[in-house]
Amino acid sequence: MNSSAAFRVVQLLFALLLAACAATPPPAPAYVPEATGDLGVVIERGTGSVLIINTSHRTVIGRVEGLGDLSHASVVYSRDERFGYVFGRDGGLTKVDLLLRKIDRRVLQGGNSIGGAISQDGKLIAVSNYEPGGIKVFNADTLALLADIPAEYAPGKVSKTVGLVDAPGRKFVFSLYDGNQIWLADFSAGDTPVITRFASVGAQPYDALLVPGGRYYIAGLFGEDGMALLDLWNPAAGVKRILPDYGMGEEKLPVYKMPHLEGWAVAGNHAFFPAVGRNEVLVMDMSNWKLVEKIPVHGQPVFVMARPDNRQIWVNFAFPHNDTVQVIDVVSRKVVRELKPGPAVLHMEFTPRGEQVWVSVRDDNRVDIYDTATFTRLQQLPAQSPSGIFFTNRAHEIGL
Amino acid sequence: MRFRRMTAVVAGMSGLALGIVAEGVTATPDAARQQQLLHLLKQDCGSCHGMTLKGGLGPDLLASRLAALPREFLVATIAKGRPGTPMPPWETLLSADDIGWLVDELQRGVE
Repeated sequence: MNSSAAFRVVQLLFALLLAACAATPPPAPAYVPEATGDLGVVIERGTGSVLIINTSHRTVIGRVEGLGDLSHASVVYSRDERFGYVFGRDGGLTKVDLLLRKIDRRVLQGGNSIGGAISQDGKLIAVSNYEPGGIKVFNADTLALLADIPAEYAPGKVSKTVGLVDAPGRKFVFSLYDGNQIWLADFSAGDTPVITRFASVGAQPYDALLVPGGRYYIAGLFGEDGMALLDLWNPAAGVKRILPDYGMGEEKLPVYKMPHLEGWAVAGNHAFFPAVGRNEVLVMDMSNWKLVEKIPVHGQPVFVMARPDNRQIWVNFAFPHNDTVQVIDVVSRKVVRELKPGPAVLHMEFTPRGEQVWVSVRDDNRVDIYDTATFTRLQQLPAQSPSGIFFTNRAHEIGL
Repeated sequence: MRFRRMTAVVAGMSGLALGIVAEGVTATPDAARQQQLLHLLKQDCGSCHGMTLKGGLGPDLLASRLAALPREFLVATIAKGRPGTPMPPWETLLSADDIGWLVDELQRGVE
């Protein structure tokens, strides 16, 4: 058959197809269209599984298994909010499809990892590793390795990396726990990063965060007082120490769980964050980086999370005070409510506009949902050893 | 709160035991307490050392490493903590018997 004859056959087939379509309307789609803006993931740390939940209906809509060791895990989201990237303790990076409720793909990228971030444009996934210490960067679609950045801070010396965040300009920022450094990896020119290293930032940076808005990267220091601040609008100015005299000469309490710095509340010029080794939430004036107030609380704070409108701060605590949650009113800077959700409250997550907060109660195997205006418990959902809770609106938050 | 109360009870019991048992001899925690200690080991020690004890911000707690270390050193590490590191002292929360039993378990290897 020559090509013009073939073309005529195709024309004929096409005409027949059109006629068929006119006779019978196309069948209704076999699925109900679904969106993901009110979905989220709950980590089940003991079983290597995640629950997919819906915050509008307050329901569990699926469970995905086979994610490996999730004893410490976190999640970032693709910008279309369809995929959650789950960073597991065993170095597993799992891309979970929230619509199909299944693993899209998964790689074992390191031996022992602590968290990750997604780039500003949604195309890069960075993972922070303890072993081997450093950052690996992957293609967000395929999970193919694009860049490997060992955290070698001195010849032959490799550090655990912590406090990895994404920053505007297709950058990642992270801290070297053993190396006392902060590194800025700039991927704006392509998949080969330009790395800027800031040395001697302070002893043992243990976690860090990007202040809402994305300008300041702040690392908490375990080994000494104060915090390390990098102004991403002016990195040439270097890292400076803030709150240097905080706690000088005071004896610290034992810390049975390291605080997390994610989710700082910034109300006006004031930032609220956990003290280390003290049963206090600290308030800092961000116009001069000076301590304004120490709010006494029930125990060593772990998460100090702002309700999205910044009116309330919710705080949970380290062992052995981890059955309690306290709520601080931002205006009066006082604890206005204390809740006892149950044994081992590990994490809290607000719905995007803050009318609910979801609280994981690990040792009672459930997630509790509270109304943040009335503090009424709205619902309890069963979950196996739940830890982190991550809603899809994180997809659009810089630094999360 | 629940745990603190329980710890106080256990500490009280071990104090009682010390009254009748010769000094230097340690009692083994009962089965219920052993379960609590294993839970604590995996969940709370595990927040730094990994729930499977393979390490995290803190070093691993596997028998392959710990068996070779002196028992007294490990007991002191748990009781007093390690200054200059995030390892806190546990002696206000755990009795000497608790700590001794945990060290024995760790050196033998915890599943």
